[in-house]
Amino acid sequence: MTAETGIGARVRRKEDVRFITGRGRYTDDINRPGQLHAVFARSPYAHARIGSLDISGAEALPGVVAVLTGADLAADGIGPLPCGWMIHSRDGSPMKQPPHPALSQGTVRYVGEPYAVVIGETREAAQAGADLLDPDFQELPANVDTASAQSTAPIHDGIANNLCYDWTLGDEAATDAALASAAHVVELDIINNRLIPNAIEPRAALGDYDAGTDMLTLYTTSQNPHLARLVLSAFVGLAPEHKLRVVSPDVGGGFGSKIFIYSEETVCGWASKRLRRPVKWTADRSEAFLNDAHGRDHVTKARLALDAQGRFLGLKVSTIANLGAYMSTFSSSIPTYLYGTLLAGQYTTPAIFVEVRSVFTNTTPVDAYRGAGRPEATFLLERIVETAARELGMDPAELRRRNLIPKDAFPYATPVALVYDTGDYQACLDKALALSDYAGFPARKAAAKARGKLRGIGLSCYIEACGLAPSRLAGQLGAGVGLYESAEIRVNPTGNVTVFTGTHSHGQGHETTFAQVVSSRLGIGLDQIEVVHGDTSQGQFGLGTYGSRSLAVGGSALMKASDKIVTKCRKIAAYLLESKPEDIDFEDGVFRVRGTNKAKTFGEIAFAAYVPHHYPLEELEPGLQETAFYDPQNFTYPAGAYVCEVEVDPDTGITRIVKFTAVDDFGQVINPMIVEGQVHGGIAQGIGQAMLEACRYDRETGQLLTGSMMDYAMPRADDLVNFDLDVVRTDCTHNPLGVKGCGEAGAIGSPPAVINAITDAIGVRTLDMPATPLKVWTALQAGSAAAKGS
Amino acid sequence: MTGFGDFLGEFGDNMTVRVTTTVNGKLVSGDVEPNTLLVEFVRENLGLTGTHVGCDTSQCGACTVHFDGKPVKACTILALQAEGHQVLTIEGIGQPGNLHPMQAAFQENHGLQCGFCTPGMIMAGIGIAERNKGASLSEETIRAELEGNICRCTGYHNIVKSIAAGARDM
Amino acid sequence: MYNFTYHRAGSVDAAASRLAESGDAKLLAGGMTLLPTMKQRLAQPSELIDLNEIDGLKGITVSGGTVTIGAMTRHADVAASAEVKQAIPALARLAGLIGDPAVRNRGTIGGSIANNDPSADYPAAVVGLGATVVTNKREIAGDDFFTGMFETALDEGEIVTAVRFPVPQKAAYFKFPNPASRYAVVGVMVAKTASGVRVAVTGAGPCVFRQSDMESALSGNFSADALSGISQDADGLNEDIHASAEYRASLVVVGAKRAVAEIA
Repeated sequence: MTAETGIGARVRRKEDVRFITGRGRYTDDINRPGQLHAVFARSPYAHARIGSLDISGAEALPGVVAVLTGADLAADGIGPLPCGWMIHSRDGSPMKQPPHPALSQGTVRYVGEPYAVVIGETREAAQAGADLLDPDFQELPANVDTASAQSTAPIHDGIANNLCYDWTLGDEAATDAALASAAHVVELDIINNRLIPNAIEPRAALGDYDAGTDMLTLYTTSQNPHLARLVLSAFVGLAPEHKLRVVSPDVGGGFGSKIFIYSEETVCGWASKRLRRPVKWTADRSEAFLNDAHGRDHVTKARLALDAQGRFLGLKVSTIANLGAYMSTFSSSIPTYLYGTLLAGQYTTPAIFVEVRSVFTNTTPVDAYRGAGRPEATFLLERIVETAARELGMDPAELRRRNLIPKDAFPYATPVALVYDTGDYQACLDKALALSDYAGFPARKAAAKARGKLRGIGLSCYIEACGLAPSRLAGQLGAGVGLYESAEIRVNPTGNVTVFTGTHSHGQGHETTFAQVVSSRLGIGLDQIEVVHGDTSQGQFGLGTYGSRSLAVGGSALMKASDKIVTKCRKIAAYLLESKPEDIDFEDGVFRVRGTNKAKTFGEIAFAAYVPHHYPLEELEPGLQETAFYDPQNFTYPAGAYVCEVEVDPDTGITRIVKFTAVDDFGQVINPMIVEGQVHGGIAQGIGQAMLEACRYDRETGQLLTGSMMDYAMPRADDLVNFDLDVVRTDCTHNPLGVKGCGEAGAIGSPPAVINAITDAIGVRTLDMPATPLKVWTALQAGSAAAKGS
Repeated sequence: MTGFGDFLGEFGDNMTVRVTTTVNGKLVSGDVEPNTLLVEFVRENLGLTGTHVGCDTSQCGACTVHFDGKPVKACTILALQAEGHQVLTIEGIGQPGNLHPMQAAFQENHGLQCGFCTPGMIMAGIGIAERNKGASLSEETIRAELEGNICRCTGYHNIVKSIAAGARDM
Repeated sequence: MYNFTYHRAGSVDAAASRLAESGDAKLLAGGMTLLPTMKQRLAQPSELIDLNEIDGLKGITVSGGTVTIGAMTRHADVAASAEVKQAIPALARLAGLIGDPAVRNRGTIGGSIANNDPSADYPAAVVGLGATVVTNKREIAGDDFFTGMFETALDEGEIVTAVRFPVPQKAAYFKFPNPASRYAVVGVMVAKTASGVRVAVTGAGPCVFRQSDMESALSGNFSADALSGISQDADGLNEDIHASAEYRASLVVVGAKRAVAEIA
């Protein structure tokens, strides 16, 4: 039974039946009797003071039930939305965190910022009310640009230079010394483009307050409903935790954007309490573009020092990171601890120093987006390594090989605070080169040239730190909370099992993967296991799903809980079989007295646990239900090598990916089918960043220019190819499953491989993402102009 | 509302009117306003929430249904336009235990992750299979004809496989 | 979407008289542009007159060297039509490149040309193939139909009923689609017809236009090489985040060359 359904099996997903038959249940599918509709009034300006706001016209409109503003919110004691990770500047001072009210209070700081909400009997009525709001906006100077933000007018009172923090990591003196003494120094200016996540399910919230019980139920599109409840109770003051239930039903993609605590769910919950009726809001796509936290947006200068043999001696990095107008839930940590710590990559670089200045601009808040910090680090590193190889005239694969951390060097402490537990980077690279037929590339390039096309090949060797997070370390680094995960296994009297997890699935297939883990451990069939998540009234607690943590941390908690179940079952079996727990063997769902044929099945034990006639109550409590919390001892370190091959049409700049190879080391894999799907999706998003996706604001007005799917290009089926995947396996050494996490790898590893391939094809040193046909064509024109000039 | 003569019908601003149409083989009626979209009628009046809304510019395809047998975007048709026509939604093609071959192929080939774009993908996939009936269905054709459906999770790799398999089994 | 009055017209005459009575009614053809525009609340017609039930406006006939396409014929039907593929394969191909399959199942040729989006594909076919636009009142030469960005020669209350395409000797269409919207960043229709060579460009400028330098060059020598010395002036071309004017100008030349190469 378990060989076909347990760990390592390509089990078809349990959750699929409801999704493929239209029976999924997403937040917007839920409606409550008497429900009202919320429409948010949003700033049309990038920066403006609200002189006065007359709500009487809107209030008087038929069908409008209430018009609520930031002042009402403040009067009710609903606090600002917090940022949960404290960063200290190099001088020891804490980051400057401006208040982030759920509805703006006096000043709006980005286009789309909500300043009021109109609640109506219908969405149309609420919209008509919102249309009548015409505040006396007094426009203020606005800046959307990352690089110049420190020298533009302050966005928040009391925050000089728009600087949130000026953070450093690493040994600057040693790095400077390495740069000074190096045979070669390669410098590169790098922009990591700003992205808009665009999960296909728009965010939604439905607050449903029951005045009879004083219980507020908040249905919302969250990757982490327990964390949402904690923050909304403890920090925002929406309701006491025992009077707040957060339900996050099926979630239609997140990619980070549904981690955070937003204005809209806060307001829907609050308004429902105030009006004593359910209040619902579903974003339209335009709102999603304007208001879902954006991703990335770095401007970086980097210098890599190499010796005469091409060995890396030091890396110095200076980055300006755009936080947007306010700090989102995790935004401070992304360009620091999820970025700077990854700058060793897979390499033995002995000295690394990074400084990050995070700045406020008049743009949508920026926070974690698939990969979160690690794609930025990987892009920088793999671009500068590739550039170094070209400038030194070395094969990029060989230059990497010379600098890879050897297989026998683990555990390996990097100069930027991490200890990698295990890996085999050489094997990943070798496999990727073989699978991509790297050796055969020159012939393919020549053949393409004969057809008038330019072929290029690019590598990327990535590493990521996943499985967030070892709590003690996270605490030292400024995290407001430890990052444990919990699991509960409730064995029902008839022997089937309900599993509660604090993680949540927004497409990752936990209902299947987690069931496979439990199936393997308890020896029962997958159809005997139900995984429950997404409802704070069911599972006890959990930090949710992001940072490729669910299996590594949540799955480990599940292993611990399974072990506790087995331990208790042995006691029950020993009692029933008149033996001792230590003499009971457990295999394939059967408890057996060692060396005898005296046995009880898992189901028999479960039944005996709940409805015993005779029980040694002083030794054994009835029931069979165990909870476990797991705190990882370290991050996990998935790694891999990617190879991208492209063909460019020089007349149009149109670039096609012709082959994409990914070799990943995720440690033990529970369900290879699901893992491959995660890699496919990650690569697609990485290719999207590299070739298609660009969030653009108008520099003068601060208006979002890419505010719809008509303007913001995302990968379609015909932009991509089938991906060639393989794996290398070195199991994580410190969690019980040996797993590392796979959700973000593709998005981390692929962008530099793509850009390395395109720059190789067209013979330019740098090319900013996204490498659109326009940019490729422009670079080719500049190249041919330069060639003509010389 | 179907009438005789040149004017087939006229319905005023802010006036709910009755629309009668065939959805998943059943004649259904509901009160809508002129500006009610077909997808709103299907989701809100009929409670068929398998058809999703992912954008407001007719790009994402999450709302794809069949209208008189052909895939269309239900977010860009008025409910009143369905009067007298045939609408088929994801709920109408197969049920748990009795899946349509295209549904089964999506599960078998892991052609979905979060599931949100999936109903639209399946309805579009059936359209691809039907348009190319009798012809061999290449990966290139499937990719080209999926341009009106955006998936953010799968990278399309397994969706393309699913549609190829589903078309073979149809 | 703001609300409106909905009329389902049973005939062109009924639609026309309703249109004449009402100040700001709009005709609803495929709705692929109008309805999204209304959803974004960028348009607020008081009435919509739905043409979708007028069967007489639908259909394709080929006779006497002319392909006639009813105004309410869907793009998908043009793309899939064996007769169109036989007579003017470039027209079928162009129709099959509009939007996406679901959009093509609703969008119509009449709606597309009456809207005259500068990035729409059909204007390149109407002008490039020297078509005639038939309305409920008259016939308008394709060359005279598109008068400016979102502007046409249609009078108030005038309704497109069909488009007549003379079958060319050969024709080809090149399209560079916008990666997000899939509209034409540049589309070039090149046709060799009995009355000469026609090159029509959509997407590049504020309105579809004929590239007369290319037409002259190709008249003497219908080959891609004939276009080698020709450049497109970038002045006045569209600029947006996806394409600069210079890039569009370059694509016009590349597109014309490729279209010619396909059929020369």
